[in-house]
Amino acid sequence: MDARDTGGAVMADYVNPVGWLVAAAQGLLYVIAAPLFAAWVKRIKARLQNRRGAALMQPWLDLRKLMQKETIVAHTASPVFRAAPYIVFGGTLLAAMVVPLLVVKLPTTAIADVIVLVGFLALARFFLALAGMDVGTAFGGMGASREMLISAMAEPALLMVVFTVAMTAHSTNLSSVIELNLQTGLVLRPSFMFAILGLILVAIAETGRIPIDNPATHLELTMVHEAMILEYSGRHLALMEWAAQLKLMLYAVLLVNVFFPWGMAQSLSPMALLISFVALCVKLGILGGLLAIVETVFTKMRLFRVPLYLNLAFLFATLGLLSHVILETGP
Amino acid sequence: MSNTTIVLFTALSIGSALSSSAVALLSDRLPRLINYAILPLLSLAGMAGVIAGLGALQTGIDLQFTLPFGLPWLPWHIHIDALAGLFLTLIGLLTTAASLYARGYLQEYLSGSDSLIPLGVFSGLFVTGMLLVVIADDAFLFMIAWELMSLSSYFLVTWQHENSANRRAGFIYLLMAHVGALAILLGYGVLAGFGGGFEFALMRDAELSPLWASVAFGLAFFGFGMKAGLVPIHVWLPEAHPVAPSHISALMSGVMLKVAVYGFIRVVFDLLGNPQCSWGVVVLLVGGISALYGVLAALMQHDLKRLLAYHSVENIGIIFIGLGLSLLFAGTHHPLLAALGLVAALFHTLNHAVFKGLLFLGAGAILHSSHQRDMESMGGLLRRMPWTGFFFLIGCISIAALPPFNGFVSEWLTFQTALQAWMLDNGILRSLVPITAAMLALTGALAAACFVKVYGVVFLGQARSRPARRAREVSLSMRISQGGLAALCLLLGIFPTSIVNLLNQIPTELLGQGLTHYAEHSWLWLTPVEAEAASYAAPLLLVGMLLLWAGMAWWLRRGEMRQVRRSDPWDCGFATPNARMQYTASAFAQPIRHVYGLLFDIKEDVKTLPDGSRRHHLQVDDRFWNLLYLPITRIVLSSARRVSQLQTGQIRHYLGWMLATLVVLLWLIM
Repeated sequence: MDARDTGGAVMADYVNPVGWLVAAAQGLLYVIAAPLFAAWVKRIKARLQNRRGAALMQPWLDLRKLMQKETIVAHTASPVFRAAPYIVFGGTLLAAMVVPLLVVKLPTTAIADVIVLVGFLALARFFLALAGMDVGTAFGGMGASREMLISAMAEPALLMVVFTVAMTAHSTNLSSVIELNLQTGLVLRPSFMFAILGLILVAIAETGRIPIDNPATHLELTMVHEAMILEYSGRHLALMEWAAQLKLMLYAVLLVNVFFPWGMAQSLSPMALLISFVALCVKLGILGGLLAIVETVFTKMRLFRVPLYLNLAFLFATLGLLSHVILETGP
Repeated sequence: MSNTTIVLFTALSIGSALSSSAVALLSDRLPRLINYAILPLLSLAGMAGVIAGLGALQTGIDLQFTLPFGLPWLPWHIHIDALAGLFLTLIGLLTTAASLYARGYLQEYLSGSDSLIPLGVFSGLFVTGMLLVVIADDAFLFMIAWELMSLSSYFLVTWQHENSANRRAGFIYLLMAHVGALAILLGYGVLAGFGGGFEFALMRDAELSPLWASVAFGLAFFGFGMKAGLVPIHVWLPEAHPVAPSHISALMSGVMLKVAVYGFIRVVFDLLGNPQCSWGVVVLLVGGISALYGVLAALMQHDLKRLLAYHSVENIGIIFIGLGLSLLFAGTHHPLLAALGLVAALFHTLNHAVFKGLLFLGAGAILHSSHQRDMESMGGLLRRMPWTGFFFLIGCISIAALPPFNGFVSEWLTFQTALQAWMLDNGILRSLVPITAAMLALTGALAAACFVKVYGVVFLGQARSRPARRAREVSLSMRISQGGLAALCLLLGIFPTSIVNLLNQIPTELLGQGLTHYAEHSWLWLTPVEAEAASYAAPLLLVGMLLLWAGMAWWLRRGEMRQVRRSDPWDCGFATPNARMQYTASAFAQPIRHVYGLLFDIKEDVKTLPDGSRRHHLQVDDRFWNLLYLPITRIVLSSARRVSQLQTGQIRHYLGWMLATLVVLLWLIM
């Protein structure tokens, strides 16, 4: 335990097999919980719209059904089309494993920092967009083109948020950042306020929710993500849908765990893990409810208003950074 | 490796490049020499260069000697150190790949009307020039080698001179190369004036006042920046690079620009020393603007090679962001961070050479088999050229800075350097640096968008023209050279710690401080500052990825992994899609053109032809032509017209002018 107190605490744990096991279990938890979280948001949204909504298990049943269905691939598709679902799912899952879910200081967080996380999400998006263009249909190209525009403008805002947090913690390692926030408790930093606002806007854009994209739409000209996966079926479609749910979950966890890390376990004892699990469920439940409210209140905006929206996100993130530089660190 | 071996291999490299050039004089008489002597000699030059360079990097030698050539009072000074070693390696790598590739690429020219003599002769001289630049240790040899490089590449650009566009590109290139060379020469002049000689050793010891140091810095930045293609002095680059034969484009973009980066590092970090903080700010801003402008301009292009050339502007910008950070930190006395910035920049230099070389070779392979440079007429090439398509995909992922390939590592290191800005005392600098980092982030995201466009339009979808439908996979030698570079992209990305270990010699030599904690735990983890701050374990990530895929494959094995039913595309159930219904390159970039349109001169219209059909016309021009270059051209022309009034045609006037000149000169030297 001495190693924890010295410099390389995060990495000293990488020889610990328990740590790796917990990390793997955490990855599995991501995979299992992601459809549930999506279903939760959907259900609240349905309630807000005076509908009863589907059961929480519905996404799971959908995935199972898709897995069992026949997979059809277009004549014009290349191997990229068939490899893409695996790369997209794998890339998103690897990115998710970098974000501490229940416990800090896992060996997986030392493998990659938050910039690598952004990189893996970008890799997944790259192949998603390529898959959209692969079959050679108009909708696929349209979806890919719009997705790349949105992500190109969202990524700098996301990285500005990351920089704000990283400069406060002097580290891009998510584990270190969360530990710092756990130690200092709830300090009202102006920089974090702006960073949270920026991250929320980015998260909505990146996960394709209203007002940027509508996950429930089947009107061809309004969709972005759905347009790219239009040609997929069967298990390919299941993986793509699952990856999208995973990404939603990832952003939600990033938001709650980095800025509100209360209750997160700092050791591997069962009690701490249990508390952490309950805390996470509560936090995600609240966040999911907020997301559903946002989706109910707002309408989808025109594509060419999206840059304005993302500029706002970038502005918030930059303000966060500047207020950190000006207010929080003196010369 | 001993010093003698390194020197011998360097000499072998230069010797074979020169002899390749000499043998090429006979190539019209005996075309078979191309395959049996000229290209193998060039490959030999490349391989010897790699060996010498790696040796120099590994041993960190610092070897100086003179050769009895040149002026009577100024023999050629040679200096091989770690910095020279890195660039020798770079030149060698790309020369090897390009000469192997040329074996296949030049086949169709063997019976063509273009003489192969200039191509062979100037290729050899071009490589010789670059090799000599990086080992030169006095300004005289440096400038000779620099001019050799510039002039021979001019002849390579204008090799197919029947085409007027090539001649125009060549002229612009020649002109700007010389304006740049003039600035470099003046920069050396300042240094030599204070140092009392043209040897670099004297310049290094010169004591410059801060003002004169800044003047020398400004001249060097302008001169080398022009060759490297920094905005706004980049306009020659997208003209000249695309029109050269593709393996030469790969050499120009992959290596020649890097030689300019070498020159900048040598003059500013080594000869000038004591960098000032303000230099860092200038370099950082210019680098950031170049990166962003380069990628946006690339997005607007639909000529594949021109697009790649604009991406060189972008990547040079990223390299200069790293160098700017390094200067900034060195100027504010943070030597460790300065070393980190320099390593990031050098790593990106290496990476860019590899993936840009790969992409240009890929573009050449497409040109070779479909004779198309316009992306709008390509499509579906992955099925016809699977190998080229696969290697090109690796190049695209690398240049888009996606993990686990090499482009990502160097951008990650640059980000990490920028994130150490909290150590700076000055609040303005502290906020400026992260904003530059945000520009870099935007650049990376736009580069990913651009390469989705490139790969999606060129290799995926359906063929948009008959030549694209008839394209065939290229010959073995062309595939091998692309495959080698693609493998390097992966290796450099997976084993960054070993590369940083090699590169670490250079900041140790130039700044007197190397990175100390880059592999704090083991070679698996790259930890630029310290393990707590950031770590990246690329090998473990790759293993994780493979494990994950294996898991998925095992889990989905019931789903008849190999069997899927093929059918027509669905496309929401409308008519069966045909090739013309696909998104084109221009259509893909349309939203981005809409958002960033103000930066460019965009002319777009739809014409209705007499037969009722419609033509869409889109032209995107660099705004810098109108803003910067045309006014300069006008001033030059009008002043030339003024001066030409002297030309009266009467001999009395001329004699009068001569006398006046003589009097003024006499008065000056009195």
